[in-house]
Formats: sequence, structure tokens, C-alpha cells
Amino acid sequence: MTGGRIVVELDGVGKLHPGGVRALHDVSLTVRSGELLGIVGPSGSGKSTLLNLLGTLDRPTSGRIAIDGHELDRLDDDELSALRARTIGFVFQQFHLAPGLSVVDNVADGLVYCGVPRARRLAAAAAVLERVGLTHRSTHRPHELSGGERQRVAIARAVIGRPPLVLADEPTGNLDSRAGAVVLALLHDLHDDGTTVVVITHDEDVARSLPRRVEIRDGRKVVDHSERTPA
Amino acid sequence: MTTDRPRLDPSRTSPGDLVRVAGDGLRARPMRVVLSALGIALGIAAMVSVLGISSSSRATLDAQIEALGTNLLTVGPDDDVFGDEGHLPDSATPMIGAVDGVESVSAVAVLPKVKVYRTDQVPEAESGGIAVMAADLDLLETVGTHPVAGSYLNRATRDLPVVVLGHTAAARLGVAGVGPDRQVFLGEQWFTVTGILAPTPLAPELDTAALVGWPAADGLGTFEGHPTTIYTRTDPDRVTEVRSVLAATANPASPDQVSVSRPSDALAAKQAADATLDSLVLGLGVVAVVVGGVGVANTMVLSVLERREEIGLRRSLGATRAHVRHQFLAEAVILSVLGGLVGVLGGVLLTAVYATAHGWPTVVPWWVSAAGLAVTAVLGGAAGLYPAVRASRMSPTEALAGR
Repeated sequence: MTGGRIVVELDGVGKLHPGGVRALHDVSLTVRSGELLGIVGPSGSGKSTLLNLLGTLDRPTSGRIAIDGHELDRLDDDELSALRARTIGFVFQQFHLAPGLSVVDNVADGLVYCGVPRARRLAAAAAVLERVGLTHRSTHRPHELSGGERQRVAIARAVIGRPPLVLADEPTGNLDSRAGAVVLALLHDLHDDGTTVVVITHDEDVARSLPRRVEIRDGRKVVDHSERTPA
Repeated sequence: MTTDRPRLDPSRTSPGDLVRVAGDGLRARPMRVVLSALGIALGIAAMVSVLGISSSSRATLDAQIEALGTNLLTVGPDDDVFGDEGHLPDSATPMIGAVDGVESVSAVAVLPKVKVYRTDQVPEAESGGIAVMAADLDLLETVGTHPVAGSYLNRATRDLPVVVLGHTAAARLGVAGVGPDRQVFLGEQWFTVTGILAPTPLAPELDTAALVGWPAADGLGTFEGHPTTIYTRTDPDRVTEVRSVLAATANPASPDQVSVSRPSDALAAKQAADATLDSLVLGLGVVAVVVGGVGVANTMVLSVLERREEIGLRRSLGATRAHVRHQFLAEAVILSVLGGLVGVLGGVLLTAVYATAHGWPTVVPWWVSAAGLAVTAVLGGAAGLYPAVRASRMSPTEALAGR
């Protein structure tokens, strides 16, 4: 794994929120292509701030970040949007599915800012829905689905453009343990296929299932634990 | 490092996707769409129907004037400098008839202080505003009307106590038909009604007149036989030319005491006066549309506040600020134009119903509909601008957090 291309590079990153709240102190982190890693910490530890920075949704107040080789401080807002469109897939705790759209349309929306024509978006959505095992749900609305199925739809939307990096923010946070296990298995599948996956979680069980864990506490990285050798 | 920096393919959407995404946003809240488009629809419907109804009525009037002819000129005495009612010389009628370009000429004379009543029992004051006039035998050809019942005066009846009633006059006197038993009390004696005229748009004064033969009028009141109105039909191509000489011809001694008018102009002017009411309703329509626009702005502001998470999601999917701004602008424009479309259809429908009920053709000029839609598009853009800019400036992280 150590030989992989660097997908995420944080160097001395800090985040000071307006009003003087320091959310992150001097965090350095390198994630290589093909890794599956958990960022673990209790709520308020700064892990959500870290996710926003990794996802280029926010900028650090100190330090430098590079995503897939792009130095973020050299990109303007439109270029950051382009980076999110092409390079990063997001999975959120609250799913964020459009209630008025069918499952396949929700998934196809993952490509709507990539300049892909609608017919090809829908074809890609059908393919990725098959991969997450929800082809039979294509024409349903999100409210007709269980929580686990909704999160699988959100994962399908995140990976429809085959981004090299998937960021999952508490992906099992709103799910019971069985549905959570299915979602987690799906993230492992993505990892097996070579996608770099970063999971943010406060759940120790979820964290234990991941090959690499970075623990955040009070805005600082306290542990970076890798299982270099299988048990 | 800068040299081998990977190139970034920018975020892109097609205009079709923009409209589709905006439409999805609206479809998710159909009730709100209906309610906020309603104000605009009502305003546009009011404007389109007012313009449509006045166009339809104008088309009818134009056809009517066309049928009546625009070559009728009316000559009458003007009030003199002392405010007394003047009169035309007896010679005026033959003199005008001799003018080159005049096709026919016919005079009437109002009999001063002579009144007509339904019976001899009616109090004197209740004369119903009906003027008694002496009339020439060729009057109908000149003014372009015809009897709806009975017949007009002729050589045999002009000396007799018979009367032909104008359309309104007959109604006021309660006379529905003609015959020896249909009599009215005119100037202290009984006259038999032998004819009732059709409405005469170019000479509306005849509608409220009771017409008797010139010789029969002789014995009535203080009648002196001076014509009070001379109707002149001219060659259609020489109206202006004839008009310019009429005053001097009618009263060579004092042409300034003669007024010459063209009744078809008066009809058109009446239409123009009705247009004042049109502009009032039109103004109300504009107010309604503007209020509708404020409603759309309100809806969009609310929508942006409610949909912060969607905005955050779209930013995470790669939407630029411009994409978000365009999405909400497009929503506002679609919402507004939707209202405009319904309004135009409603306005045309209203026009059709109203025009059909009046027996008019339905005429809605194409530019009215086009302008209605254009106005709503611009209005939607204006209404959506502030909310759209506001949506585009949200920080993605705060939007995602619903803050």
C-alpha cells in the first residue's frame, strides 16, 4: 500500500473558525491510492471539520492540502467545484437524496455537473445501481426505501463518476446495525476495487473494521494506526 | 511543481440540464408553484383580456364604420356669440346639394318646444327626451338606415299626421309596431306611427327622434322651416375636399356659425374614450403582475432557505456558484412564465367568451400574448435574482449543515 500514489496530503493543517474557535491543530496526514481509512473521534473532536477540508468544501486557515495532486490554495472556487465533480464522491449521514426524484434520477444527478448527457447519465446510474444491488428500486422514490437502501443509493450517486476518492461522513450513523453492516460491506467492496475510501465515524465497531484508523481528539491527531500485517 | 500540475476539467452542465434541474425543484412543491404563479396568472389574464376585448370590440366597430361608410358629413348651426341657438339658411340644403363631390344631401329640422307623448294623459314634463323633427324623404338613403317596422315617410304621407319613430324613441313611447291604431300624442294632436327605424350609429340623434313630414310640421308650434342638421353623403375619395367648403356653402354670410362634423370620427373618438377605462384595468393588471412578481420573489427566498442542504449537496457534487445561481434564476423564470402562460390562455379564453357573447369576432393581437410572456420572463428574472445570488454565496459546509 505504501507504494500507491498520494491522493490526500495534509501538512500542518489548522482551522480556526470565525469567532476564535480552533477546530483543528497542526494535522498532517497522507492517504495513498487504494487505502481504506477511518477518521475516528467523539463528536466535537474536529473530525467533521477535517472531512470538510478533505472534501474541499472549506479551506484551512493554516497548513497546506493537496487532493489528487492539486494544491488547494492554488485553486479558485470554480476549480474546487471541478475537483469535487471529478475527483471526490461524498456520502453523508443524512443521505441528502432529492425526495421528488426517482432513485435512478438521484443517482444520475451525481454526473449532472460533469457535462455528461442525460442518456449516458441514466445508463451509468443503472449500471451502478446494479452494483449496489438496487436495480429493482430504480423507479422508486427515496421515501419508499429503507434507511440502508437510501444510503446505498447515496453511495451509488457518489461513485457513479468513478472518483478516485470517496469521503463518507458517518455513513452508518442513521442506520441500524444490520443495515450499517451492509453499507460498510459496500464501502469495503469499493476499496477492493481500488477506490480510496475515507470514513469519518465516532463508532468504534465501524472503526475497528477498517484497516487504518486515524484518531482525532480536540482537533489534534492522536493516533494513526495501520494494520500493515493481517492478523 | 506548478508545471506538472494536473489539468482540471471544469464543472459543466448543459442548458437542458439546467432547466431540468430547475423543473425538478419546482415539481417537488407543486402546491407552492400553483399559488405563487396564480398572482401573475391573474394579472396577465386581466391585461390580455382587456386588450383582447378592446381589440375585438374595435375590430367590430371598424367593420361597422366600414359598412356605414366614412363619407357622411353632418352640417349644423353653431351657437352664435350670444349663446343663442343659430340656424342654417333655408337655401343651405340645395346649395350643398350642388357642391361637386356631394352624392346626396338630406335635411332635418328640430321643431322647437314640440313634444311627443304616449297619450294625452302624460304630464307635460315627461316627454322622454324625444325630439320632434321635420325630415326630408331621402333621409334614410343619406344616413344609411332603414325601417325595422312599417315604412318611412313618402310623398303621400308627408302631409298627413303620421310619424316615423327612431329606434330608442319607439321604445320610450312603448310603441312596438305600426298601424292605424298605433298613435302617439304629438304637439297637441294624435299622430299615427307608420314606421320605426333601425338604430342609426352615424346619426344617433335620429334614434331619439320622432320624424314627421316637412309640410305636416308646418302647423306645429313655432316651426319656421329652417334646417338644423344637413346630412351630406360625399364621394368617398373627396370627403376632405367637400368638408372644407361645406361651412361657406351652407351659410355664405357667416360661415363661422356653421359646424361640420364627421360622425364616423365621433364613433372612433368614443372608442378612444372607452380606452381610458381600458388603461385603468390595464394599470390594475400591471399592479397584479408586479404583486405576483413579489410573490415569486418571496417563494424563491423561502425556497432557498429551505433548500440549504440541497444547495450544499449540489456544491459537493461539483456545482459552481454560477450553477447554483442559474438553477434558482431558472426556477424563478419558469415559475413566472408558467403563470404568464396560464394568464395568456385565461385572457384569451375570457376574451373569446366576452366577444362571443357580444357577437364580436375574437381578436387577440399576437403581440399581446408575446408581450405578456416576455414581461413575465423578465419579471421572473428580476424576482429570482436576489434569492439566486444568495443561494450561490452560501458556504457549502454551512449549507450542508442546514445552517
